[in-house]
Formats: sequence, C-alpha cells, structure tokens
Amino acid sequence: MKTRSVEFQAARTPEMGPGGALVASPSAPFDAPEPDWDSETMLVNVGPQHPATHGVLRLVVELDGETVVSVVPRLGYLHSSFEKLGEYRTWNQIVPLTDRMDYLAPLIYNCAYVMAVEKLMGIEVTDRCRVARVVCMEMDRIFSHLLWLGTWSIDVGAFTPFLYAFQQREKVYKLHEALTGARITTSATRIGGMMADLPEGWTTGVREFADNLPATLDEIDSLLTCNAIHIGRTQGIGAISAEDAVAHGLTGANLRASGVPYDVRKDKPYYGYEDYDFEVPIGCHGDCYDRYLVRMEEMRQSLRILHQALDRLPSGPMDVDDPRVSLPSKTDCMSDMESMIHHFKLVTEGIPAPAEDCWFSVEGSKGELGMYVVGDGGPKPVRWRIRPPSFVNLSAIPALAEGHLMADLIVINASLDIVLGEIDR
Amino acid sequence: MNADAGEAGGAKKAFDFGAVVRGPGPGGETAPASRPARAQAPVNPSVDALRSRFGPAVLRHQVNAGDEDVVYVEPERIADVLRWLREEPSEHYDHLADLTAVDYGGGRPVEVVYQLWSIPRRKALRLKCELALDALEIDSATAVWTGADWLEREVYDLFGVRFRGHPNLCRILMPDNYAEGHPLRKDFPLRGRFSRAEQTRRALSQEPEDYYAPGEFGGRAPQTVQDSEDAPEEAEAAE
Repeated sequence: MKTRSVEFQAARTPEMGPGGALVASPSAPFDAPEPDWDSETMLVNVGPQHPATHGVLRLVVELDGETVVSVVPRLGYLHSSFEKLGEYRTWNQIVPLTDRMDYLAPLIYNCAYVMAVEKLMGIEVTDRCRVARVVCMEMDRIFSHLLWLGTWSIDVGAFTPFLYAFQQREKVYKLHEALTGARITTSATRIGGMMADLPEGWTTGVREFADNLPATLDEIDSLLTCNAIHIGRTQGIGAISAEDAVAHGLTGANLRASGVPYDVRKDKPYYGYEDYDFEVPIGCHGDCYDRYLVRMEEMRQSLRILHQALDRLPSGPMDVDDPRVSLPSKTDCMSDMESMIHHFKLVTEGIPAPAEDCWFSVEGSKGELGMYVVGDGGPKPVRWRIRPPSFVNLSAIPALAEGHLMADLIVINASLDIVLGEIDR
Repeated sequence: MNADAGEAGGAKKAFDFGAVVRGPGPGGETAPASRPARAQAPVNPSVDALRSRFGPAVLRHQVNAGDEDVVYVEPERIADVLRWLREEPSEHYDHLADLTAVDYGGGRPVEVVYQLWSIPRRKALRLKCELALDALEIDSATAVWTGADWLEREVYDLFGVRFRGHPNLCRILMPDNYAEGHPLRKDFPLRGRFSRAEQTRRALSQEPEDYYAPGEFGGRAPQTVQDSEDAPEEAEAAE
C-alpha cells in the first residue's frame, strides 16, 4: 500500500476552474483536506549535490519570500556505518576507517582514535610519539581550517582567498604524502605508535610550511577581515548566545565564537598541551563574523604550537616498547622464528583490550572529537563510537538560520564548518 | 619471485642486518610482568552527591579506564537525574558531550550512555541506563539539552531505543522508510537483512514523497492518506 502526502500535492500548481476557482488536483484523494492555498511559504530544496552544502548535505528550506521560516537538514547520503564496520575489525584495522570520516583533517582522527584505544588498554606512548602526534594534529587543524577559509570565502562571494588557501593546503598534502604515502587517507597511527617514524627531512618541510603560512594568512586577512562586503554579509548573521550554544552542544570554534572558552586542549589537556604556550581565541557575538575571526586566530595559535612542538621533538623510539602491541622489527621477523610467529599472531589475531569502556576526546578541527571505545577482552571492539562534532554543530542550523535570508543560510552553513563524512559516518 | 631470480642468477645481495636498529625482542622477552598499574584517580564527588540525592535510583558506580567515573542509574529516573546534574549549582554539568548506546549482544540489556562534562568545573561524568531488549524505552533528554535531539534520533535510528517526549523521533541517518531494522544492534547482520538486489530495488522504488517530508515543518505530524487508486493496481501486478 502506498501512502501519499497531501501537503506535497499542495505545493504543485493548482488547476484553475471556470472563473478562476481552484479545482482539486485530480490525483489528490477526494477526502483530502482543503490545501492552504493562501500560505505564502515555499519549499526549496538545497543539495544534496551542491557545492554550497559542503558535501552531500540536503537542506529542505521553507521560505516566506526570501526569509527562511524553517530548515530541515536531511542526512545520511554518505552513511556507510563505520561504527558497525568497526565491530568486525581488530583495533588496528579500524584506523583506516577513521580518516575517511574527516578527510579534511585525517590525522586528527587517526590520532584521536588510537589515543582512546591506548587509554583503554593502559598504554603510554613514547615521548617522541606524543610530540609527533601533536605536530600532526596541529598541522591538520590548519589544513582543515584552510579548507574552511577557502570555501567560506567562496560562499560569501570572494574567490581569491580560496586560491591562496588551497595553495597552502597543497603543501600539507605533500607533507601527508611524505609521511604516509597518501594525500588524504593517511592512516598514519597505530596503537602504541605511528605507522613509521617521521621520514628524514619531514620536520624541515613542516617548518617551511609553518614559516610561509603567516604571509598567506595576512594576505587573506587583508582581503576579508575589514572588507565591507564580507562584514555586511557576516556580522549579526546566525548569532547564538553562549547559553544556547552550550545547550545545543556546540563545540570548537562555533562555541568559542559565542564567548565560551571551552577548548579540550586547555580544559582536559592531553599530550602535554598544558606545557605549550598558546591562547584560545574567543568571540563575543556568536555570529558568523566571530566564527571567522576565531578560526583565523586559531590557525595562528596552531602555528605557535607547531613551532614549539618541532623545537622539542625528542629523538628515540617512536613505538612503545611492549611486544604485545608493537610489531617486532622487520629485521627480527626475517631472522628470528619467534619474532615472525609473534608478528603473524599480532597481525592476524589483533591486540586484546580489557572489558571496559573509555570515552576520550580531543580538540578536533571542527570541535570536540570524542571517541568511545568498548572492549570485551577480545581483539575487536564491542562498540566504537565517534562523538561527531560536525553532526552536533549542524543540529543547531535550524535555530541559527531562522529569520535570516536564504543567502545567509549558505553563509551560516559555511560558518559552522561541517564535514559530511563524519556527520553521516 | 625476485629472490628466486636472484638466487638463480647467483647474485644474491647480502643484506647488512647490523645496519638496522634492532627493535624489541620476541614476544614476552622484554615485556613487563603486567601493564603498569594506573594511578587511581580520586572519585568524582558527584557520585556521592548523586547517591545522597537519589538513593536507590543510583544502582552502582565503577571506575573505567583508570579515571572515568561511570554511574548506573535507574532508567525511570534518568530525566530527573540529568536535570538535577545540569541545574544543581554544585554540579553544573552543562555540556552533554555525548549520548549513545551500546548493544553487547547475547540478550544482554542495551546501555544508553550519557557523557557529561561541566565546562566551569572541568569534571566529566558518565551515566548509563540499562534497558531490557523488550523494553527499549527511556525518557528523552531534549528538555534538558537541546543538543540531545539529533543524538537521540541517531540512537533511535541505529538501536531502536524509543525516547519518550522527544519532539520528532524519526530516523536520521537511515532512510525514513528503511524496513530492515536498526543496524547497530548485534542481531543485525553486517550486510543487512535483504539481498543487495532487493536493497537496490527498494531504494529505486521510492516515491518522491519519501524524500520530501513536509510533515516535519512546524511540528505538524506527517499527514498521509491511503491512496485508494493504487490498491487495485498492486493487486493486478501481483497476479
């Protein structure tokens, strides 16, 4: 039995009878309630295949003239149930799934996932690994913010910053490739360490990137920050108060733009972030312009952390010295039977995790990125859950966009900095 | 294959093993007797406060992963507990960091997990409610945190837990007319219940009305009527 919505029929062009009287559409059932022809609202479908939706997001917008009455985001176009897939994989095999969720900052996801599993298993990684991961995460925070900056500027009507930002992003792509062999799907981390040690000269490349970026940021700053068109399109648009932002669960730059100084790196420090000298920028209006300012400043602060981390990157082993989690060296495998068996068993059977759960969060580029891992004593998770920052941030868009113009909805959506891979998972 | 070719050619290149830094020895050799015992963090004072305020509704408390306080709460009282934790000035858990569920399989109850964080007090607390598989229903937290809306919809979509008092409890990641059940349940097969061909057929046979859900606007319920014209057609098609 098919069901058909009457209200959908109402949106179709009404047939005119003699004398201009409205005649019910012949396909509409006889006993349908009289459609509200006087209603001036109009449904507009935005996406899912539209560049301004930053992925395959679909927004069904109800418009009164050009004013947004309500927005209903419709998700799931990219849903691949990574969490279910993870339940059929060993802990290390899940790492490649994590970077496919946020392909704009893959290393943050790689790191956040293994950090949660390491906490569950009680593994302390080496000092070199900690600092290397901080370098990776801060680099990818800038990497993600640069993409946001480029697409944001396009959405507010500026094209040049997009090119400048992507020129810099390309350098990070090259650094990703040098580190892992892949430009986007990095899968760089392993439980207890990294896929491999940092390649020779890699830190020099990161330093070069960090040295050159401020000039580009200044250039984009001069193009946008005091630009009258940019200000006119963003100030006072999509504003949310601090209380509402917290109640909606906003995190990251979206929350800080409303004036709440919540940054996981400061409030729940991990990997020695309390020892790095950096500041958390906050806004005071909670509108699109403040979100822009906060992210611009965050990139500069990330550069500070990047320089400090590169300065203190210690030498020494990258992987933890625990045969239960780290693979034996290739040399041992080729020369020593026990090592080879050990390697085989670690790869085929996986690493057991205790029958506990662990919720661990890091400050991702989009907001608080939480990883909830539940073990059962075996090598596969019972449950692996991602607290998706973009998902929660996007859930505020109906509240943010209501009463604004259709064109502002695009700006508000851009200001939230979402990534659909992680929203739909 | 290359090695064979090399041997056949009699030009096998000697590999300098000594040049490679040796890693840790084979299994067990250098392993510590047990993983270092984690320093026991002090228990979150909110646990005792919850006990004295709610008494028997607080079922048990445990510390997971070294320093994470987990409190099991009676599902009937969860809305009160959450509201109290948010509004009591001494607790002030204002940030609902996460809301999810865990299905352990084997007929064990489904756990609904609330991960709370207090931004001013910098304290974390995890609440859990165990729901029997035949009574997957719990009060919604949307009245306490607006942000719980989508998180609860996701739990409903993927686990089938119904949240009483939720303003718009419908699927969010899976299609609205998805008929195979709730994918993250342990009894749900990884590849779905239907064959790939059947899944494709269902996806392609969706009506445009299935994509548009005007009933979502303004809290109006989806207003649907039976299309009486289609019924005989389907009967004919079946014959």
